[in-house]
Amino acid sequence: MRRYTPKDNVQKKAKYTDRFWVAPQVPREEVEEGSFFETVIDELKSNNIELLDFYVELGQLVIHIKPEDNVKTLKTLKEKSCFKMCSELSAIDYLAQDGEFEVFYQLLNLDKAQRARVITRIKEDQAIESVEKVYRMANFAEREMYDMFGIYVNNHSYLKRILMPDDWVGHPLRKTYPLQGDEHAQWYEVDKIFGKEYRDIIGPENRDPARVDRYDTQRFARVGHEVPFGADPELVDKTDTPIESRYSKTFLTDYTKGSKELENRR
Amino acid sequence: MQQPNKLKPFFENLNFERKDNTMVINFGPQHPSAHGQLRLVLELQGEQVVKAYPDIGYLHRGVEKMAENMIYNEFLPTTDRLDYIASTANNYAFALAVERLLGIEDKVPRRAKVIRTMLLELNRIISHLFFLATHALDVGAMSIFLYAFREREFAMDLMEDYCGARLTHSAVRIGGVPLDLPPGWIENLSNFLNKLPDQIKLYEDLLTENRIWKMRLEDVGVVSKEMALEWGCTGPMLRGSGIAYDVRKEEPYELYDELDFDIPVTDRCDSYGRYRLYMEEMKESIKILRQLISMYPKTEPKLMAHAPKYISAPKEEIMTQNYALMQHFVLVTQGMRPPKGTVYAPTESPKGELGFFIRSEGEPYAYRLKVRAPSFFHTGLLQDLLVGCYVADVVTIIGSTNIVFGEVDR
Repeated sequence: MRRYTPKDNVQKKAKYTDRFWVAPQVPREEVEEGSFFETVIDELKSNNIELLDFYVELGQLVIHIKPEDNVKTLKTLKEKSCFKMCSELSAIDYLAQDGEFEVFYQLLNLDKAQRARVITRIKEDQAIESVEKVYRMANFAEREMYDMFGIYVNNHSYLKRILMPDDWVGHPLRKTYPLQGDEHAQWYEVDKIFGKEYRDIIGPENRDPARVDRYDTQRFARVGHEVPFGADPELVDKTDTPIESRYSKTFLTDYTKGSKELENRR
Repeated sequence: MQQPNKLKPFFENLNFERKDNTMVINFGPQHPSAHGQLRLVLELQGEQVVKAYPDIGYLHRGVEKMAENMIYNEFLPTTDRLDYIASTANNYAFALAVERLLGIEDKVPRRAKVIRTMLLELNRIISHLFFLATHALDVGAMSIFLYAFREREFAMDLMEDYCGARLTHSAVRIGGVPLDLPPGWIENLSNFLNKLPDQIKLYEDLLTENRIWKMRLEDVGVVSKEMALEWGCTGPMLRGSGIAYDVRKEEPYELYDELDFDIPVTDRCDSYGRYRLYMEEMKESIKILRQLISMYPKTEPKLMAHAPKYISAPKEEIMTQNYALMQHFVLVTQGMRPPKGTVYAPTESPKGELGFFIRSEGEPYAYRLKVRAPSFFHTGLLQDLLVGCYVADVVTIIGSTNIVFGEVDR
């Protein structure tokens, strides 16, 4: 029987895993009493934000919240706890496991040099509210998130693809996105610029940079067989005998005294 | 004139003039001072920009997607192609993120740390010289370009002597460095460091009080404090706006907590202030490198961390001990499996805060890797920064943000 390949995650997987192997977990610490992170948590709690979970992972505070609270939480963190900068914002695809995306906001407090990460989970067809009003950098970061994962962001000022072309189909960082292109992708540029009828004329894309087409009369391909630029390849002699160049000839000149070579050349 | 047809489209004949007296112009993507593949759509009212829209993605190679399908060590050379002006900074940022995830950051031998910090600072000099050269060229000072590139070549030679490559170094490994410094390298480096201050003085003499330079740069591209914070600006863009934040000082990694150096800050907020910052940062890098040179001889000649679960043993052990060979084979064919968890490791690259966010699910492939590239947000900033400035200043502002498109598009 052929092997069943899962369609919900087509990414590369480990070829072999020991069946007794259990992945360890990076230690998650409790928020220490009296620390700066505790004041952050207290501030959030006093603003009636429901915290699903919070802990310290590798020195950074991690807060899990509900997706509806994202703007409120970030606003509180920015205004009350001085997380003035949002350094990064993106998503992680957990559609195959839970049917959800994980959206994270990576925040930085410049005065205390402390970082916090706000994490929320949304369903596949669920949109999330834009945090552009809180952190202006979300203008670009949320566009990228939309481009890469197809997560709709409500009330974003200009939600448009940013890295991929506007007419691209699919969202590349999803786990279901194929790792190799299909026929449509292979002929994308040709179809787009010239039309499908030009596929035969132009031919498939060649990615070998060292390839030399001897009969190409436009791209320096006929080294040693030079012809005028753009000459009709049909008229060009297709045998292997080099064509006499009509532009220049390199002389091996003997410049020593008494030689007539130079005068001959003049 | 070229006859437009389907095979040779000719866009110059498009009518970009509108009824409301604004004109739309396309800046790039093949503009020499767009620093790569930046397409800026500018809406002009006379000479003034009323709307700017940076269109990026021309250099998108899907680095984050590639990271999800490569084992950790396999991905490291790919990071060279992010900020290709200072590759070691990317290599290091990635290696640091993985080391933090593995919990072996403290196990990196001291000599490796010295070498890494040296390479990082040398890369900072290379990158800043490149900034100075291209920025000055954009503004119109041709000779600075030649002087700065001459000096940059010496620095690149040093990189070449160490790792064999000039641009794509891959000179850092997860857990250490692959090679010790070659004989004579330290002398060459100190020769370079002895010459560089005079060169920097030459650039400063040519530019700092230059009337044209000041006219072109002063009060051009003013990034206010609020704007810099809102847009997540880092590095010289943030420090140029009067906020003293440098990851090297605030969240020290490698040997930066032992080194004595200053963080230049200015509250001028304009391109001129940022230019001064870059010059001062180069001087600080020289200071750091001098300290590192004296640190180097006091270290043990060990280069890679000892963590047999994640990192191969030294070559001698692999060739002599059976178990080391087995582990090496597993690590090469299957790759290391970091624990489950998330890490975000910020570093101070020459452009700003470069951080790698890695989510690991205990597999040899990263479940998600996000590159926090400083230039990406500096490009986004352009849509606020360019509004209201004159079209002649656009090039100055782009040059002064020091964006590199390998990093923006990833």
